[in-house]
Formats: sequence, C-alpha cells, structure tokens
Amino acid sequence: MSEPLIRLEDVSKFYGDVLGVNRVQLAIPAGITTLVGPNGSGKTTLMNLMTGLVQPTRGRVSVLGIPPAEPERLFPLVGYCTQFDSFPRGLTGWQFLCMYLRLHGKPRGEAEQLAGQALERLNMTEAARRRIAAYSKGMRQRIKLAQAICHQPPVLVLDEPLNGLDPMARAETIALFRELAAGGRHVIISSHILHEVDKISDQVVMLSNGYVVAEGRIQAVRGEMHQEHPLQILVRCNRPEALAARIFEQDHAVEVKMHHDRAGLLVTTRDADRFYQLVNELVLEGVIDVESVAPADEDVHSVYRYLIGGEGGAV
Amino acid sequence: MIQSLPWRLWRAQIAAILRLEIKKNFWARRAIPVYLLAAAPAVLYGIHLLALWQGLSRCSGRGDAMVYAGMFQFYYLRLGIFFGCVFVFMNLFRGEVLEKSLHYYFLAPVRRELLVVGKYLSGLVTGVALFGGGAALSFLILVPHIAAFRNQSLFATEAPAHLLAYTGVAVLAVAGYGAVFLFMGLIFRNPIIAAVVVLIWESINAFLPPLLKKISVIFYLDALCPVEITQRGRIFALTVDPPPAGVAIPGLLLLSLALVALSSLRIRRMEISYGTE
Repeated sequence: MSEPLIRLEDVSKFYGDVLGVNRVQLAIPAGITTLVGPNGSGKTTLMNLMTGLVQPTRGRVSVLGIPPAEPERLFPLVGYCTQFDSFPRGLTGWQFLCMYLRLHGKPRGEAEQLAGQALERLNMTEAARRRIAAYSKGMRQRIKLAQAICHQPPVLVLDEPLNGLDPMARAETIALFRELAAGGRHVIISSHILHEVDKISDQVVMLSNGYVVAEGRIQAVRGEMHQEHPLQILVRCNRPEALAARIFEQDHAVEVKMHHDRAGLLVTTRDADRFYQLVNELVLEGVIDVESVAPADEDVHSVYRYLIGGEGGAV
Repeated sequence: MIQSLPWRLWRAQIAAILRLEIKKNFWARRAIPVYLLAAAPAVLYGIHLLALWQGLSRCSGRGDAMVYAGMFQFYYLRLGIFFGCVFVFMNLFRGEVLEKSLHYYFLAPVRRELLVVGKYLSGLVTGVALFGGGAALSFLILVPHIAAFRNQSLFATEAPAHLLAYTGVAVLAVAGYGAVFLFMGLIFRNPIIAAVVVLIWESINAFLPPLLKKISVIFYLDALCPVEITQRGRIFALTVDPPPAGVAIPGLLLLSLALVALSSLRIRRMEISYGTE
C-alpha cells in the first residue's frame, strides 16, 4: 500500500450529455466516510468510479495508490457492495461467496473458510445453502455485504448498505461497520438516511447535482457555515431569562427563543465559542445552574438542509 | 519476463470462470435451443436408421455419404453451429448485461482479458461438446450402414478419416463463429441484428468476388469438409480454389485469436451501465 488515501483528482463523469459528477476533488482517509445527497446527486457514480465500474471522463482516481483500471491489483484491496440487486443465476449464497473467492485465486479450502466467516458475521450461515433467488431483500443485501467483506479487504465501498434491512439487522450492520473502521479500514458508505449517517460517520461528503458541496468532519463543515447559518444551541437551565438578558448584550447573538416550559433557551449565535465561554462564566458566578447545553443544528441533517435543501430521506 | 507472470493465479481464475460458465451454458433455459440445433441431425439419422431397419428406406452408400455431406455443410455449419454460437457466445457478455450480473466478475481481481479468455473457453467447451459431439454422433449412426452396404468393415472405409474431419470442422466452426459472436456480443446492444448481418454475409459468400469470399468463416470450413458435394448437388458454384487445409486451419485459428484479442481490448473500456441497456 503506497498511499493510505482514496484520491479523486479533478474527476468528472458524463453519461453522454448527462452529468454524473463534476470536478470532484477528494482525499478520503481511513474511517467511516459517508456520501450524502439526494437521489441522482452522484453518490453511486462516485463509488463506481472508485471501483472501476465506470471510467472518468476527466481526472484521475486512485485507491491506496492503485488505479481502478487494474482490477487484478485493486480488488484484493477493495470490497464493493453495489446497489445492483441481481446475482449469477442458480447459485446458493454459499456458492456465490465460494465462487467469488475462487475468482480471487483462493484454494478451495481457504475459500470455504473465508466464506464461512463472512456468512457468520452477517448472520447468514443458516440461509447459505439456499438459492439466492429465494432470499428476501434483506437477505440479498446481507449476502452482498458478505461478498464485500469475505476477502477481508482494507477498503469497503458500500452503496446504500442498510437498504432492506430490518432494525435489528441495521443495528448489527452498523456495529460491524464501526468494528471494521476501528481496525483501520476505509469504509465508504452512501446513504440518504441522515440520522443513520450521523450515528456512524467519521466524515461526510455531501453531494448535490454531481458536485461536492461539503466534505470533512460534520462539526467542521457546520463551523464553516456559521456566517450564512448561525449555530443554534439548546440550553436547559434554572434561570433562562437571566441568561437571555446577558446573551442580548453580546454582539454575536442573533436570536434567543424561550422554551414553552420556561426552563430553557434556543440560542442562535455567530460565535459558539464565545457563547460557551459566557455560559461558563455565568455558572461560575452562580447566576444560573445549567442542566444541559447542546448544539441543535450541528448534525448532518441540518447541514444537509442548509446546503442542499429538503429533509433528506427517512427510514 | 514470461516466467514472472502469475500463471498459477491465472490458471486458477480461468478454472473458476469455467466452472461457473459451463454450468450456466449447459443448464440455463436458454441452452434448450442449442441442444435442439445440435441434436437435430442425430435425431434425423436415428429416424433414418429406424426406417432402414423397418425396410421403409434403403441405404444407398455413396448417396447417403453425399446426403450427410450436404446436411453437414448446409444445415450444420450454416445454421446449426452458426445459431448455436449466436446463443452461446453472444450471451457470454450480453446475457450477463441483460441479467445485470456482469459486475460479479468485474468486482473480482481478474484481469478483464482473462475474463474474455475464460468465457470464450467455456463457450468453446460447450460448443465442442454439443456440436462436435452432435456431428460425430450423427455420422456414427449413419456410417455403419454405408459400410454394411459396401460389405466393408467400418475401419476399412474412409469413415474414420471422415469422422475425424467432420468433427474437426465442427470444432473449428465453433471456434471461428464463437469468436465472431463473442466480439459482436461486446460491441452490439442488439445481438439479433448483428447475427442477421453475419448470416447474410456468410450466405452470400458464394456470390462474392474472390477477395471478399475469403473474408468469411464458411469459406474455410467448406474447404475442410472431406466430401465435396457434386456439381449436381451443389447449390452454389465456387469460383475460387478452396484453400488447402494447411492454410484454412491456421487461418481460422488466427481469425479466432484475433477476435478474442479484439474482444479483450474492447472489454478493458467496458463500463457497467445496466440502466442504459
């Protein structure tokens, strides 16, 4: 591995006259990175570019230093769970994995061992001997995930991997992603379910109409937007009116709203650090007792709403 | 340099592709027409054999050999093997695109050229088994009766040489047409139109000028058939001397290799875009 990054350098992809992605510049480190954006924003195109299923019209892509046009070097390092819900005909889940591992050149014994491990991790051992054609959508999703991880690659590219999974399986799968990322892997996930993204992402890449509109850690992205979209902070305390009075003396304050129960405030500020400092001072002075302080719009959902518009997807 | 190439890995990968593809080629529903095309002569000669036994027909020796030659050249080569290869080889890639399953291979660490070779070999194994086997079987059904008619043992006649020749020509036909349709399956979205164009080209071969005549598969295959159809039985008169076997066989193999190489170049640029198919 010559380089620990997935790089896209000035990458554009056009399907005839239709724009897939345009002038994408990314360097993705290890950890969980989520591609977020509405349908048609270019998430799948970006993943297909990383894995060589489509080729860039312009620019250069490399995954850990390897160009995707060399599948023989790329796919020992990359597992891709696509959105395509189709499989070679007539195969059982077990055969699907074993044949895939044999294509990697693994001897039969090793292929069976790795297939068994992947099936176990995805709770598919019992269904493994059944034909994939008889699987439910959730099982097909899990067998695709098993295919992506079975050769234990350091890079996982997962296109809407939680689609079709029931809540229990979602939770287990998210835990698996965390475990894989904790082991130093790159886990690239596309999703339009924003609250899931919030739960699992180390960093996000937001896409809209084929353009990357933001990238990085969500707090950092949100911090860069404070001029156009001042930060909202929820404060629960015993004397919100005293806090409100002091806030209005500050030049960074934009708006203060009292909670209906008069036990808290929703503060809009252009400088969160100075606001937190003020709260600390008031607590030390004994003016207020604070129950909780939390940002109200420092999540993916809010950033998505501000940058892209709309509300993102629901479960 | 050649020694440094990962031959063992490539062998293992081609073996994996063959296992998957041969199973599909033989057991898929789309294989049924291929079985019918391959088995038709054997079934017809089986019926002929029954008729001989029942005394409903009589063996004419040289005449039957000529009928076999005609059947082989006009049905088996021009229709049976031709359309069998359309079904088998065009579907190697086009069928996967239509079933949206080609990405299974594209996501494996297999050189795409190797995928072309593996799939072509799987088609070859299927075609040779069905059409080489079909040619040999139908010949074996017929020949003992020709031998009996001539009061000769089977091996005292030209039968073994003819059996070998017909089977060999069937194998070469599968290799040649297979390579043509493998390539076409990679460049055309609608394989039927491509197949019709090739069929027309091969069919009008006899009417083409000598130079163009040579740019076809059937020209070389006809030249390799062991029995020349008599002028009376021949539908089209050849105006070009048929090439000798020493030219026809390497020529066909080179054509096949060239088309497989072109297919390999083509697949390196191939993208998965099922949505536009």
